[in-house]
Amino acid sequence: MTSTGRDETVELSSRVIDTMLPMHLRFDETGKIRHAAPGLVRLAGERKLVSRDLRACFEFTRPRGIGEARELLSMTGRRLKLRFREGRSVRMRGLALPMGSKDGGILSLALDLGELRDLGGAPLTSADFSQTDMTVDMLYLIEANSAVMAESRRLIARLDGAKTEAEAQAFTDTLTGLNNRRALERVTNRLVAGNEPFALSNIDLDYFKAVNDTHGHAAGDHVLQAVAATLRAATRATDTVARVGGDEFVLILHGMVDPDLIDETARRIIAGIERPFFFAGQTCHISASVGTAISTRYERPDLDRMMADADEALYASKWAGRARHSIAGEAHPLGRTAHPATS
Amino acid sequence: MHGLINRSIQNFVQDVYGEPVWAEVTAAAALEPRTFEAMLTYDDDVTSRVIDVTSARLKKPRSDFLEDLGTYLVSHPNMWRIRRLLRFGGADLEEFLESLGDLADRSRLAIPDLEVPAFKVETVDGTRYTLEWEATVDGFEHVLLGCLRGMADDYGALAMVECLDVSDRPGVRAVEIMLLSTSYAAGNSFMLAGDR
Repeated sequence: MTSTGRDETVELSSRVIDTMLPMHLRFDETGKIRHAAPGLVRLAGERKLVSRDLRACFEFTRPRGIGEARELLSMTGRRLKLRFREGRSVRMRGLALPMGSKDGGILSLALDLGELRDLGGAPLTSADFSQTDMTVDMLYLIEANSAVMAESRRLIARLDGAKTEAEAQAFTDTLTGLNNRRALERVTNRLVAGNEPFALSNIDLDYFKAVNDTHGHAAGDHVLQAVAATLRAATRATDTVARVGGDEFVLILHGMVDPDLIDETARRIIAGIERPFFFAGQTCHISASVGTAISTRYERPDLDRMMADADEALYASKWAGRARHSIAGEAHPLGRTAHPATS
Repeated sequence: MHGLINRSIQNFVQDVYGEPVWAEVTAAAALEPRTFEAMLTYDDDVTSRVIDVTSARLKKPRSDFLEDLGTYLVSHPNMWRIRRLLRFGGADLEEFLESLGDLADRSRLAIPDLEVPAFKVETVDGTRYTLEWEATVDGFEHVLLGCLRGMADDYGALAMVECLDVSDRPGVRAVEIMLLSTSYAAGNSFMLAGDR
């Protein structure tokens, strides 16, 4: 039962060795392959092995260039690396050992890790592996792992899509498709952090309540959507247009700090909003008052402060008779009247 | 319940009975969102509610529905991954049945949090196998019956699979497999690599 301490020779039939090592070959002292086990034959496929020289069939990559019988047997116990010379160069690891009293040896082979995924392209079955070999379990694990990974990737893709959608919703006013207050804050924070100049205009619709009261909420919604379209058309794609309240809108005009240019934009907007809107056979007339704060007039621009100042300017416009534009810090709104007061 | 289980039920209903039936089921079961994620975990009663609602909608006893689910899992083309992973268990049906004793360990290697019962596999003469486990999920034996019948077909074997009456042993469930022929039909091929 215990080791005798000396290298005892046991006799094993070829079939027993084939079963234990389904991927081995035996070679004689000249390096000619004398026998290939069934698993190796199946792995080799059309490549001939038996009766050929080892070096004609295999290229040894570690240690590089060996292949003579004598050299192989001097490597006893070391891991050899080799691959087929013909066809696809399937990489294998090997172990060479002397065979009993004869001069030849046995070379036991196994597929390299990188070849496991498709088994070197060979139609191997579990019968081609020894029952104690864990290769088949490795294959099971590779497959199970890729199934789980595929499912995880699908989940991540779905969650990512949902996140993008939720973010878009979180920053959008659902009625008009404009940005909402949260988006506005994000934009101004970015501009302030990047020290980029901009103008912030508050727009408040005049006579909008009358539309709602006279023609109903559907008409009101229609007018808000039409105003949104007017605001988009009157601004550049780089500007930000937001709806922040029932009939309150905010524009962020990027890089625009020239009062005359801002005023021109505001006039264009007021004129656009004053054009009659048609809804369900009825005509609605509204107007707008605008107040603007310019970021370069602040030591450290800040959204709340600028909003408050733009609001003050907006109320100056209202007090001066509506349908006007005023800039915070500029004395008289009348100087920037869009057109003469209507009240 | 592991999302994989719930997702399998959803796939079964969608693949076999169609999207509209699944829509009815999710509405009747008040399922929100209307789809299960295989990698998440759900409350157990969600699973049993969906099973109840679906079997009622299909006018099938719960046990029949679960058995059909089991067969679907191992035989439907969309479920090829499950079938392949199970076929790693053995080269023929006998080996496969013997391997069921390792199924819990095997599935833990793949999905550590999926609870698969620890099966005790016994055979007296190699033709009659019994499979025993401790019941954790109500109705699981029916799913197993469907799986085993499907796998017997897959191996090309002729087998009778039935639940065993073990009501004298509380908490224990058992099924019996009678192997009538192991080469009844050609069976489906299984290559270790490359025949997906």
